[in-house]
Amino acid sequence: MNTLRWRRFVNGFWTVASGTGVLVALVPLASLLWLVVSRGAPGLSASFFVSLPTPVGEPGGGVGNAIVGTFFMVGLASLVALPVGVGAGVYLAEKGDGPAGWVIRFTAEVLSGVPSIVIGIVAYGLIVAQMKRFSALAGGVALALIMIPSLARSTEDFIRLVPAALREASLALGVPGWKTSLRVIIPTALGGVVTAVLLAIARAAGETAPLLFTALNNQYWNTDPTQPTASLTVQIYNYAISPYEDWHAKAWTAALVLLLLVGLLNLMARLLSRNRMAGAQ
Amino acid sequence: MISNLEAAIPMKPFERRAPESVRLSVAEPVALEPKLTVRNLDAWYGKNRALHDVSLTVAPRSVMAAIGPSGCGKSTFLRCLNRMHELIPGARAEGTLLLDGKDLLGRDVDPVTLRRRVGMVFQRPNPFPTMSIRDNVSAGLRLNRVGGNHDEIVERTLHQSALWEEVKDRLGASALSLSGGQQQRLCIARALAVEPEVLLMDEPASALDPIATAKIEDLIHELKERYTIVIVTHNMQQAGRVSDHTAFFYMGDLVEVGPTEKIFTNPSEKRTEDYVTGKFG
Repeated sequence: MNTLRWRRFVNGFWTVASGTGVLVALVPLASLLWLVVSRGAPGLSASFFVSLPTPVGEPGGGVGNAIVGTFFMVGLASLVALPVGVGAGVYLAEKGDGPAGWVIRFTAEVLSGVPSIVIGIVAYGLIVAQMKRFSALAGGVALALIMIPSLARSTEDFIRLVPAALREASLALGVPGWKTSLRVIIPTALGGVVTAVLLAIARAAGETAPLLFTALNNQYWNTDPTQPTASLTVQIYNYAISPYEDWHAKAWTAALVLLLLVGLLNLMARLLSRNRMAGAQ
Repeated sequence: MISNLEAAIPMKPFERRAPESVRLSVAEPVALEPKLTVRNLDAWYGKNRALHDVSLTVAPRSVMAAIGPSGCGKSTFLRCLNRMHELIPGARAEGTLLLDGKDLLGRDVDPVTLRRRVGMVFQRPNPFPTMSIRDNVSAGLRLNRVGGNHDEIVERTLHQSALWEEVKDRLGASALSLSGGQQQRLCIARALAVEPEVLLMDEPASALDPIATAKIEDLIHELKERYTIVIVTHNMQQAGRVSDHTAFFYMGDLVEVGPTEKIFTNPSEKRTEDYVTGKFG
C-alpha cells in the first residue's frame, strides 16, 4: 500500500514536471505568434498582398512585389536544388555505403552547418562579382546552396525508411537493380521525398542573410533574373531597421504574411508525411 | 512417365485436378534428371563460413525442405540458389550450382535473368505498398516489360495461389488492405506470374496464423505439380507435411538429406535423430 502510494506520487510528480516543461517551451513560441499576429494583423488587407511598397508617410501600399520575388527566387533555387538534392539523396540511400557516399554525406553535413550569411558571400563572389550587379539569379543560387544539403540528407533518410524486404521482393522477380530503385523504392518513399522538398522550400523562403547582398531589394515588380529583386524577408529587414513608425507596422504585417506562408508549407508537409508513412507500414 | 506426359499438357492447373492416386505417383520423380544440382557449395559472410561443402540434388516437380536450428545455414543455402546472397555485403558462394545442368554461379550468368527462372517467397509478406492487388501480381511482368494478357495471368496466378475468390471483386484495392495470410498468397501469385521454374520459399508461413499456414501448405501441394520447390522451415511438422525430401543443416554442414519419411522416422545420422526428436534446436 505504501509503495503504491509512493509510486503514484512519483508518477504524479513527473507528469506535472514534464507538463511544466512543455508549457515553458511553448511560451516563446506562443508569445512570438501573438506578437506577430497582434502587431501585423491590423495592417492586413487584400491590397497588402498585391500592391507595391509606398514611400514613407503615404498610406496603403504592400509587399506584392516581395511575395512574387520570394516565389520567383525560391522557384529558381528549386530548379537547381530539387534535381541535385533529391538525386544526391537517392544516390546516398542506394549506393552510398562506400567511401564516395561517406565523403558526400560528410560534405552535406558540413555544408548544412555553414552559416547562411557565408552562403550569401559565396553567391556574391560567384555571381554578383562576375555580373557586377545584384540579381535574382544570385539570390536563387544562394538559396539553392542552402536547400541542397538538407534536401539530400532528408531524401536519403526517407528512402532508407523503405523496408529492405521490398527491394528483395523486386529483385527476386528478376527486376534489375536500377529499375527496382526507380519503380519500387522511390514511389514507396515519394510521400517522404515530397515532404522533404516542401520543408526545404519553406526553409529557403524564410532566409534573409543569403539574399541581403545577392538579390538586394527592389521597389518594383521584377521577374528578370538578371535584376535585383525584392523578397519578403529582406523587405521585412529594411522596414524593421528604418526609423519610421508606419514602416515598422508594415514590417510586422509582412512578417505575418511570411509566417503564414511558411506555416502553410510546413502544415502541408506534415499532413503528407503522416498519410504516406501510415500507408507504408 | 506420368510426369513427362504432364509436362506436355498445356498448363492450366486450376482446371486440371488429377485423381489423388495419380498425384501421389507424381511425387516420386526419382528417375528424372535433377532440376537443381548442388556440388561442394561453400558460402561465406566476410570471413565467417556459413555453408560448408554442401552437395545435394532436387528433382523436378518435387518439394525439398531444408530444416535445422537458427543459424545453421539453411536460409543462406536458399539464397544462393537464386543468388540473392549477393545483396548482402561481403557474402560470396563457391562451388557448383546447376539449374537444368547449367551453371548458375558463373560470372557470365546474369542474376537478373536467373531470378526470373528461380522465384522467391519471403518469410514476411512483402507486397508493394504503392500498388493495387492486380498491379502487385503483374509487377514482375510490367517492370520487366513482358508482354501478354496481364489480366489473364493475374487471374490464373491468383487462382493458383488460392486467393482469387477472396479478391476478385477488389483487384484495384491496395495490397495492404489484405490480411497477412492473404498478402503472403498474393506474394506467391506475384512470384508465379513471371513463370519461374523453381520456387524458393523462406519460411513462408512463419509469420502467419495456423489457418493461413494450412492454406499455404495446401498450396505447396498444388504447386509442386508444376514447379520445383525448395522450402526453408523452422517447423518440422510442416517439413513432414509438405516435402518429398528433407535436408537437415547444422552449423553450416548438410548433415543428411533423403526422403522426408526416412529423415523423420529412420535417419542415418545421430544428429538428425536428435534434432527431429527435439533433443536440441
